[in-house]
Order: sequence, then C-alpha cells, then structure tokens
Amino acid sequence: VCIHRVRSCSSIRFIKSKYVCVFDKSALKFSHQQRLFRTSAVSCGQIVQFKLSDIGEGITEVTVKEWYIKEGDSVSQFDSICEVQSDKASVTITSRYDGIIRKLHYSIDDIAFVGKPLVDIEIDASKGVASEEDVVETPPMSHEEHTHQEIKGHKTLATPAVRRLAMENNIKLSEVVGTGKDNRILKEDILNYLAKQTGAILPPSPKAEIVPPQRRAEAVPAAPKDKARKIPVPVSRPIAFAGKDKTEPVTGFQKAMVKTMSAALKIPHFGYSDEIDLTQLVQLREELKPLAEMRGVKLSFMPFFIKAASLGLLQYPVLNASLDENCQNVTYKASHNIGVAMDTEQGLIVPNVKNVQVCSVFDIAVELNRLQSLGSAGQLGTSDLTGGTFTLSNIGTIGGTYAKPVILPPEVAIGALGKIQVLPRFNSKGEVVKAQIMNVSWSADHRIIDGATMARFSNLWKSYLENPASMLLDLK
Amino acid sequence: MVLQSVKNCLWLSCVLRTPKACFWSTASGGLIIQSVSNDVYQNLAVEDWIHDHMDLEKQQVLFLWRNSPAVVIGRHQNPWQECNLRLLRQKNIKLARRRSGGGTVYHDLGNINLTFFTTRKKYERMENLKLVVKALKALRPQLDVHVTDRYDILLDGQYKISGTAAKLGRTSAYHHCTLLCNADKFVLSSVLKSPFKGLKSNATPSVPALVKNLFEEDPSLTSEMLLDAIAKEYAVQHHIDHHITLINPADETLLPGISDKTKELQTWEWVYGKTPKFSISTCLNMVYKDSVLDIKVNMDVKHGRIEVCNIDLPEQWLPLGLYSELVKSLTGSKFCPNETTTLVTTLLRLCPQDDELHSRWSLLCENIIRLM
Repeated sequence: VCIHRVRSCSSIRFIKSKYVCVFDKSALKFSHQQRLFRTSAVSCGQIVQFKLSDIGEGITEVTVKEWYIKEGDSVSQFDSICEVQSDKASVTITSRYDGIIRKLHYSIDDIAFVGKPLVDIEIDASKGVASEEDVVETPPMSHEEHTHQEIKGHKTLATPAVRRLAMENNIKLSEVVGTGKDNRILKEDILNYLAKQTGAILPPSPKAEIVPPQRRAEAVPAAPKDKARKIPVPVSRPIAFAGKDKTEPVTGFQKAMVKTMSAALKIPHFGYSDEIDLTQLVQLREELKPLAEMRGVKLSFMPFFIKAASLGLLQYPVLNASLDENCQNVTYKASHNIGVAMDTEQGLIVPNVKNVQVCSVFDIAVELNRLQSLGSAGQLGTSDLTGGTFTLSNIGTIGGTYAKPVILPPEVAIGALGKIQVLPRFNSKGEVVKAQIMNVSWSADHRIIDGATMARFSNLWKSYLENPASMLLDLK
Repeated sequence: MVLQSVKNCLWLSCVLRTPKACFWSTASGGLIIQSVSNDVYQNLAVEDWIHDHMDLEKQQVLFLWRNSPAVVIGRHQNPWQECNLRLLRQKNIKLARRRSGGGTVYHDLGNINLTFFTTRKKYERMENLKLVVKALKALRPQLDVHVTDRYDILLDGQYKISGTAAKLGRTSAYHHCTLLCNADKFVLSSVLKSPFKGLKSNATPSVPALVKNLFEEDPSLTSEMLLDAIAKEYAVQHHIDHHITLINPADETLLPGISDKTKELQTWEWVYGKTPKFSISTCLNMVYKDSVLDIKVNMDVKHGRIEVCNIDLPEQWLPLGLYSELVKSLTGSKFCPNETTTLVTTLLRLCPQDDELHSRWSLLCENIIRLM
C-alpha cells in the first residue's frame, strides 16, 4: 500500500516538490513485503501534513481562533478542524482525510500561513485513500487559475455534525444509507441505523423481522398479510449499543443546591397531608379574574393560597420561625415572606413575596406577576431571592397529587400543592357531586414543630380555602 | 449536472411557489429571497441553513433581512468588551453571536442586512459592495458613497453606513453587510459602549466609527426603497428576473432543521460560551456603614465560565468558611448575573442568621454580580 501511494503521488500533475509524505521507518521495512503479499495488515499509519489551503482574495495569513479537535482525536473527511479569522472573514477549515490528529502546528491566537502545515494527520494506510491535490499558490492571481482536483471514487456526503455523530457511535458512514440530497447521510439516517442495531427505538422495518421458515409448496400470500398471520419471533441479536456515558462537573448553581439540600436533610422532617375541596374557590376566582385583568394583572390560585397561609401563620407563628445552628434559640419572624417555588431553565428557584401579612390578595397577585416575569427572563435580584420565611411549592401545575417536599433552611416548614382534579364526593345531603379537589403535603421541622400544630394550621388553612368568605372575617 | 439543476428547480418551484419558469433555463443562476421575520436568531439560522444545505454552484443567492433591535457580535468577539450588557437587558435588546468574523453591530428595523451567498471559489466581497454602491447611485445619483479597502461603505467620505463580515466553509461562502437607512443612532452609540474596565482579552476588537443614516442625507429614502434598488441591481448583474421571494424562517418543511439551528444560536453556550479566554482585573468600591472598601477582584474566564477567582477581602470581613465557600462555588460557574444571583442566594441559606453578616454578603455579591 505504501508503494502504491508513492506511485499515485507521482501520477498527479500538480503536486509541488515540497509536498512531503512522511514515512516512518517501519513503513519502509514493510514495503518489500507489501510488494509480494499485497495484504492489508499494516501496523503503521502514514503521517500527512495537511496544509492551510488558499482563503481567496490574496490573503496569506490568518489567525487561528478555535480548535475543534485536539491531538489524538480521530477525524473523518469533511470534519471541522479549526476556525481561523482573517480580516472580518471567519473560515472553517475542514479535514481532507480520515485519520488521527497527530500534531497541531499552531496555538490559539497564533498567525497561520497559507501553504504551510496546519495539522499532521495519521492516515489509516489500510484504507488507501488516493491522496489529492489542492493547488497551493500564493498569492493567487485570479480565480480562473485555481484548479482543484476532486477526489475520485467513493465519497460519502455528510455534514460535520453527522460525521461526528457517526464517529461517536462507531458507525462506518459507508454502511449507512443516505436519504438526503445526493444520497447525503442525514442525522435521521444515523439514528435509524442505530435503532436497527438496538432494535429498540423505532419500529423495525419489515425486512428486519424474522419470519419462521415456510415450505415452498405453500402458496405465499402478499407480504402484509404474511406478517399478520405469522408471530414475529424476537431475535436475540447481540445488542451493539455504542452510546457513551457523559460525565460533567457539578458547577455553579447546582453545586450550591447540593450544599443546601445536604443541609436540609439534616433537619428531622415529618409529613402531613390533606385534601382540600376548592369548588367554591374555583368559582370565586372565575368571578374575580376579569376584574384583575381589567387592572392588568393575571390572577391564579396562588395569591389565595399565600394569603390563607399568612392568616394561618398569624395563629401558629412557630411555623414562620427559624432555629439557630446549635438549636439553642428559636426566632419567630415578624414578616411573612412567603416563598413560591419556580421552575426555570436552570432549575428550582424560590423568590418570595415580602410581608404578606399586610398585603391584599390583589397585591400578592401583582407581586407574583412581577416575580414570574423576572424569573422567566432570568433577571431576579438578590433581594427577591433572600429573606424567605415559609415556602409553598405548586408542583401541581406540572402534575402530581401527594409529594414529600424538602424544607429550605433556615425555614422550618414547607407545603407542596398537587394538581386540582375533578372528583366525585358526597355532599351534606349524601348525594354524589362533582368537586374540585387538591391535595396538600406539608413537611415541618420536628425539632420545634409537633404534629398537632401542623395539623391545626393545615385545618385552618383548609377552612379558609374551602369557604373563602370566612377569610373576610380575619383579613387585616 | 443537469439532473441536479432540475431537482433544484423543482424543489424551488414547488416549495417556493414561484410562477416563473425554472431557474436553470436562464444563463446565470441567481435567487433573491427576503425574510418575513424580524427575529435576529431566525434570520441568522437561515444564513446557516443556506450555507450548509444549498448547492450554490448553479445559482447564487442574495438574502435580504431586517431585525428588531439586537446587538450582533462577531464569531470571535467578547460581548462584555463590545457592548453594555446591562443596558441591553434593561431595554430588552437581544444579543446574538453570528458565525462570520468581524466587529459588533447594532441592528434595528432602520438597518438592512444583505447576504451574498456564493461557492467558495466565487467568493468576492469587493464585487458585492460595488454592486450595492451602484444600486445606491442608480437610486440617488447625487449620493457620495464609495467602498473603502476595509470593505466599509462611506458616505461623504467620512461616515460609515455599512460594515462587512464573511464566513467561508468547505464549498460555500457568504459575505454579509449592513446598511444604515434610518436606525436609532442614539441607542446604537449607547449600547455599543462597554462600561467594562480592566478586561484583558485576545478577542477581536471592534473598530468604532462615525456613523450616519442615509435617511439623514436624503429623507425621501426608506428601507424598502433601498432593498428594492439592491435587488434590482443584483437581478441585472445575474441576468435574472427582478423577483423577490419571501421566505418564512420558521417554516420547517421549507428549511428542514432550521428550528434546531435557531435554538442553537440562542443558547448561552453559543452566545457567551464561545467567548475567547479573557481575564478581568478590577476594583470594587463598596460603601459599607461609614467606610469605603476597595476590594480587588481578579478572574479568568474561559468558555464563559470562571476558571480562576480571587477576591481580596479585608481579613475577617466575612467568616473564612463562608468566603472559601463563595470562591469555590464561583469557580466553574458561568460568568452570568442570573446564575451568580441564584448561586449566592442559595448559599446564603447555609449562613448563620446574622443580619450584619447577611448585609455584608449581599453587598459583596451584588457588586460582583454587577461586573457581569
């Protein structure tokens, strides 16, 4: 194969004399044997210096801005190797060969020269790719003088991303059927190919099913009917799943959550759950929604839940307290800063509504709107996210009924609200009626809160919500 | 080759619904398209899509687009260095990183963008800009516009009305440029001024220039007129019909895979994470109680994440454990105000309940966040 390469080199007209094929010594030793045996087993690869090709417009030097590969990586033809910049033009340099990167000739921010080596690639010699051409003439006079020789022979068309996907899964592109333009291999083709290997993701094509052997004498019906009659026998093919595990460091916000949750679990939690009939509240909200909209505010159920919680905390202030580090002192917080758990792209954040004890339901709705829009824009401030004394988590908007929420230190209690479901319940007359039912799951710090306190608080909160008019009596 | 063109033409004619005859019948191929969207990410995604998927051998493409307010930085630039990020966030102006090189520009509906798609071999920026100047002169012969050797277009010899950038791939290339018709110069100059001090980086710096709108020179000019004039000149030079095809960048059937490209352009990893390595060395002046503290902060940021973090606090100002917790958490975290805010407020839950401590922590953290 090595000798073959030398021959092909000399047959191509435009190669300049300084194009160097670096053979390592072992390759030379094998050359004689190659002549005689012509078999594949070659242990060496051939190192080829891939030169920076002409950029156009008379440009002779560029700055290397980003490497997409590092030494030791394997690349396929057309994979992106690096990004260089010259005078407001950003150029993606792609590989001409399949092989392994052996040397990067430049570091980031170095000046690279057109016509000089950019990377050294070790080509898999057994593949015997015909080496090609790209004329490197500096400086070019006009476009007409450029001549490029395309690779003759089999060329698989695929974008660099598709090639990377194939490489990551150890798939040979030559084995994949391309369904894109010009038989280009698309991402879907790779996925289909992978699915056939695992037999899992996509329904297998008719060809893949094993049909029990049939005697030739039998009349063979049309293929679809065939499938219906036969019981497909699951074939135990060795599953060649070639996906790779991905390990990432835990950073930033996630790291902080790890610490907080670890501290939270040191708190002895106990749980208490109940069912709330929100039928009357649902009706009330329907009536009040348009009023709020006229004032430019979206009214959800949360403002009611939050205000009812605050009214409950007035009666049971221990739930709005904080225990110091050594469990020596309990601080009863004067402000009811009720946190509302929000799900954002980064994960769980808990902004709080300050001083709910002096806010009306409408005030709370306004503040919630503000926090929600800041939260989705990723612009919540530190004061919005600190100072909370009690938390409600409306996990029901995503789904679920009962939950086991984790208390957020330095608080001592938290409530998780499930989704509102329409369920059949008995009314006072013993009739079955439609009721809007929501479940609540409380968790509290058992070091300073006992079950009875939690239960009484929950009952009070429940009574305010089941009969919203009763809130009027106790509103401050 | 012919089969390829027929395939192209059939695809185009049935998908773009042009009533005209197939393009391959004309002498030299060309296609003029205009985006119906003003979303900078969608429009940049269309450029990517054409660059990756269209065969430009038989047919070159001119793409016309305008964006609602956005700042667009070049491929290898540093957003912290190039613009006032806080102002952008306040005014809800989008930030995008394009794939071509060059400097930072401000887009709004008073600015038009032109992208010339060709094969890599036919990449020729000067010709494109000369085409634009020719179109402008045909529209208003008295306009004093010319192309400089830095590929800018100058009005009256001193005001920049157009900036250029380009992207070259393996087989195709594109050259795009802006054209100031009636953009908001006040917003432009305020958002393109970075308040950042003490930033050291090898990112491509922008070259600030004096700008002017064509509208100021001739109030009868509108963006539509300019777009039309340029399309007309392109049609003449490419021997094609002066027909602009409208495309919707959200149309996945017309442009399969476009929504993935649009999404990628909006990820934090692309917009901020592709910033070349930089370091900041600055001093926070914090007023605490009755004294002013000078806190030296040094950070190295790579891929948009803090690699190294040093905050020079006076001794015992924060408990040592808490201070080291802060530095440890910041290391590896995104150089991003939102991420840092959630990080420091979460860490605060682990502090002892001490008002003094809390106020010091908040003060320090808010100052650090302001850097980002």
